[in-house]
Amino acid sequence: MILLVDLCYKKDSLSNYEFVRPIAKIVEKNFAVKHYTELVPEEVKKYEKIILCGTALKDKSYLENIEKFAWLKSVNAPVLGICAGMQVIALTFGSELTEAKEIGMKWIKLVKENKLFSRDLYVYELHGFGVKPSNEFEVLAESDKCVQAIKHKEKEIYGIMFHPEVRQEEIVRNFLKIQ
Amino acid sequence: MKLGILFSGGKDSCLALYRAMQKEEVVCLLTVISKNPESFMFHTPNIHLTEKQAEAIGLPLVSVVTEGEKEKELKELKEVMERGKEEFGIEGVVTGTIESVYQAARIQKICDSLKLWCFNPLWQKNQEEILKELVENGFEVLITGVFAEPFGREWLGKRIDKEVVKKLVEIEGINPAGEGGEIETTVLDAPFFRKRIKVKGREIKFENNSGIMEIKKVELVEK
Repeated sequence: MILLVDLCYKKDSLSNYEFVRPIAKIVEKNFAVKHYTELVPEEVKKYEKIILCGTALKDKSYLENIEKFAWLKSVNAPVLGICAGMQVIALTFGSELTEAKEIGMKWIKLVKENKLFSRDLYVYELHGFGVKPSNEFEVLAESDKCVQAIKHKEKEIYGIMFHPEVRQEEIVRNFLKIQ
Repeated sequence: MKLGILFSGGKDSCLALYRAMQKEEVVCLLTVISKNPESFMFHTPNIHLTEKQAEAIGLPLVSVVTEGEKEKELKELKEVMERGKEEFGIEGVVTGTIESVYQAARIQKICDSLKLWCFNPLWQKNQEEILKELVENGFEVLITGVFAEPFGREWLGKRIDKEVVKKLVEIEGINPAGEGGEIETTVLDAPFFRKRIKVKGREIKFENNSGIMEIKKVELVEK
């Protein structure tokens, strides 16, 4: 079972249609959607893979509740954080956020080959913050503005700043293949 | 949260409005009326009907007229959102964008500059599902513009029902929900309409695989 974590401003919000459902459409089956405020560490352990979905540009409520994601530190399942999800992963493992706004289609450059993608990509961006990764992470890709993809050095925990559901659905599918 | 919806009177903005009303408080409709029939951003056939649609729905309409020049019409889009903010206190904008990153990115940037939330409740949604959701929820949607082969004159004025959805999906190479501009639609009734719109007069113009059904006269009737 795959867990899709909704990071939007409230449970079952108008943003859910835009940031959670398109990911669910790619995952297709065997998934559960939970809002981040209702997750408890014991429950998270039940899932084989976890995807943290993005939020609206103006939505910053997840940053005020970063302690709700402490379970990430002890999780063994592969995790993919998209946009806001990447920010949450980065903060949980000691990184900092930077002001870095990108909206619309943009080229990003591959820095290190990885299990999710292996070339430069033309991606859809929608974020107000970037990430300055701590030394627990390696950088996988970057744009002229900020880091675009990271991986935890020891765990299968990935963060991507762009929205793969728009033009790179295969990234989500590649993530689902990780054991 | 008080929201305004970018409203063209077509099926996508009406479905987005339906979804938004179930989650937040929609306080006004925002319409940019383009004089350019090939507008990059805005749906045009029967845009004049938005006033009657607003009356049927029971929401105020804020509208701005644009000449429809590619970058200039973005200024008018910003203006209509600003007016929504000033006149109705909107905190965010809803759109019916499905796949167009061109449209989505431009609206996101304007919302960002005005410190407004932006919601796209149909974003990346399966096109066939959109058509089915409209039919299942009793939306009365007419095809009022056709702009590509193989659509002939006979498509103009057709109501989108189960049979029409099936035909649209079968036509290869055409985006069945028409976001690529192959078809345009006008909504006459939906679950949130207080009154339905009855067409009393219409004119069909068609040539070279392209045409519109202009709705000339309507009346609002009780449901």
